[in-house]
Amino acid sequence: MLKINNLHASIEGKKILNGITLEVNAGEIHAIMGPNGSGKSTLASVIAGKEEYEIESGEILFNDEQLADLKPEERAREGVFLAFQYPVEIPGVSNINFLRTALNEKRAHQGLEPMAAKEFLTLVKEKAALVQLDDKLKNRSVNEGFSGGEKKRNEIFQMAMLNPKLAVLDETDSGLDIDALRIVAHGVNTLKSAENATIVVTHYQRLLDYIVPDFVHVLYNGKIVKTGGKELALELEEKGYDWIKQELGEEIKV
Amino acid sequence: MAYTEEDLKEELKGKEYEFGFTTDIESDKISVGLTEDTIRLISEKKNEPDWLLSYRLKAFNVWQAMNEPEWAHVHYNKPDFQAISYYAAPKQKKVLESLDEVDPELRKTMEKLGISLEEQKRLSGVAVDFVMDSVSVATSFKEKLGELGIIFCSFGEAVQNHPDLIKKYMGSVVPMTDNFYAALNSAVFTDGSFCYIPKGVRCPMELSTYFRINESGTGQFERTLVVADKGSYCSYLEGCTAPQRDENQLHAAVVELIALDDAEIKYSTVQNWYPGDDKGVGGVFNFVTKRGLCERNAKISWTQVETGSAVTWKYPSCILKGDNSIGEFYSVAVTNNFQQADTGTKMLHIGKNTRSTIISKGISAGKSQNSYRGLVKIGKDAQNARNFSQCDSLLMSDRCGAHTFPYIECDNPSAKVEHEATTSKIGEDQIFYCLQRGIDEEKAIGLIVNGYAKEVLNKLPMEFAVEAQKLLEISLEGSVG
Repeated sequence: MLKINNLHASIEGKKILNGITLEVNAGEIHAIMGPNGSGKSTLASVIAGKEEYEIESGEILFNDEQLADLKPEERAREGVFLAFQYPVEIPGVSNINFLRTALNEKRAHQGLEPMAAKEFLTLVKEKAALVQLDDKLKNRSVNEGFSGGEKKRNEIFQMAMLNPKLAVLDETDSGLDIDALRIVAHGVNTLKSAENATIVVTHYQRLLDYIVPDFVHVLYNGKIVKTGGKELALELEEKGYDWIKQELGEEIKV
Repeated sequence: MAYTEEDLKEELKGKEYEFGFTTDIESDKISVGLTEDTIRLISEKKNEPDWLLSYRLKAFNVWQAMNEPEWAHVHYNKPDFQAISYYAAPKQKKVLESLDEVDPELRKTMEKLGISLEEQKRLSGVAVDFVMDSVSVATSFKEKLGELGIIFCSFGEAVQNHPDLIKKYMGSVVPMTDNFYAALNSAVFTDGSFCYIPKGVRCPMELSTYFRINESGTGQFERTLVVADKGSYCSYLEGCTAPQRDENQLHAAVVELIALDDAEIKYSTVQNWYPGDDKGVGGVFNFVTKRGLCERNAKISWTQVETGSAVTWKYPSCILKGDNSIGEFYSVAVTNNFQQADTGTKMLHIGKNTRSTIISKGISAGKSQNSYRGLVKIGKDAQNARNFSQCDSLLMSDRCGAHTFPYIECDNPSAKVEHEATTSKIGEDQIFYCLQRGIDEEKAIGLIVNGYAKEVLNKLPMEFAVEAQKLLEISLEGSVG
């Protein structure tokens, strides 16, 4: 589904990604871990198409299509979803109206009619239950006055509504208490299918107790330096990122 | 006797003649310049009674002694008042055969606004069949109003048919001495609208100039007078979301609202005059004086969506004279490119327990300048007066300006006055968030701006609100940066 080949990217002339190669297939969950500043969030932003980031070389293929050729909104309509680390507030725009606009844009892209109101509301009810989103939050302005946990749950709610092929969760666990973490993880696990894939970007192993990855990649200085199964996350938790630094020290300094 | 479509058709035919549509147009336009003779000529052409002529002449004298105000935060070349022609019978617009002849830019905008084909034809002067919907609607509309004793006609007609009402109320809220432009208007106004709601009558429909089909081209010095008698209610719509092109650069209108005891007037405006091009050339100067008077327990609510004009100078105000009266002002003012707006309100609390609410939402884009200017004055007898003001500014670019000039004068210690103000810049983060959900930039800006202006848009009558939303989106197209 997603093939990243030797990707180099920078922001404002500062190089962040130094040759990332990664393949994600349908039905898989990949975890990307790494210390602060290793390029995790940059990778998520580059996949989503944030303008400030420049791809210097390499490519990202999404279902054999060059992602770089698509505008951010086109990527979204094709099924790329980013759960934001810091979900943005949009005052005065109801969560429901926002989602309906998003959903119908996607449907229009697929050549479908806008979803009928009744059908839409049924879907909202079903998906909101998945992340136990409070009824009142659906009609409040997008993320405005939401607590940290509510914002993250709202991200997963949107993901459930839009049913993406590839979901990138950017530090969705940060700022979550253990109950919220469980709810979010439950949402992600329920949405998992043989047709979609998920990339979980995280700092801590904690989330991976609940969302069990098929692969764990360690990102360091803009490069994937180690790949393993779920046990790699546990090893990292135990030994810390210094272990990776030491193990690869010489090579990375160059 | 029932008023039928046939009668209406006859009446309209008559009107065409009356307005000189079939006669030589040039002969009905007086030469440029403004003197007492000009005013006599206007008055004569309109067959006005003597008292109105004296009123005009008095206003002219007052105006001559006045100077054009310079305190507003706007810069423009002052109009040459001697280079304007002050009376022209409405010109016959060239009747077009079909919509294909209409300026494609204009059509595109109208389509985006969701204006129906029939309506597009009407607005752009395409010949329309008399049996079209709006005419029959207007006919039944007129009948219904007549049954209730509601008077809704042009100002000129009102002068002829209801001189007592005009004499009693005209200038009672905005005196001719009020300001430079009001004085000018009082001297040279050509036409406008008049509306009277009798005691205890609740006007069942929105009164709008759209339905006043005998409208004679509003002209540049328009005068509106709405009188709601005791215990009555009406909602009045002014303007139109469709782009208004006008060769007259200067517009100086006067609007007076009178809400007698227990009456309520809701006055909504959507203003979309030509703002000039993207280099700041051309555009309408809109210098308007709007004010309402509230007697006991009365309520006046102003709602405005201002997107047009090169320069706007406008402060719809309320004089809360009667005890327990209520004044409201809800405004969205958008400026783009080189537009300048200095707009706001005055709430004058005179009676006891008077309340006022001000919600102002400014949106500046391009290189425009957008100012809110408001006065809340609590008189010494206004026991327990309350005011709440909220003035928000949204910046769409880093070359535009937003300014807030709130004035508060309080002479009564029991009053409570609250003022809140915020300024924010439309976030690239907000836009990216929308993009990532599959919503393109244009729609994203529409969503964000409409969300921002929601409190005001909600106050507009339903169908007006939908058009106003689209208008905001169109006014700001491609303006983030």
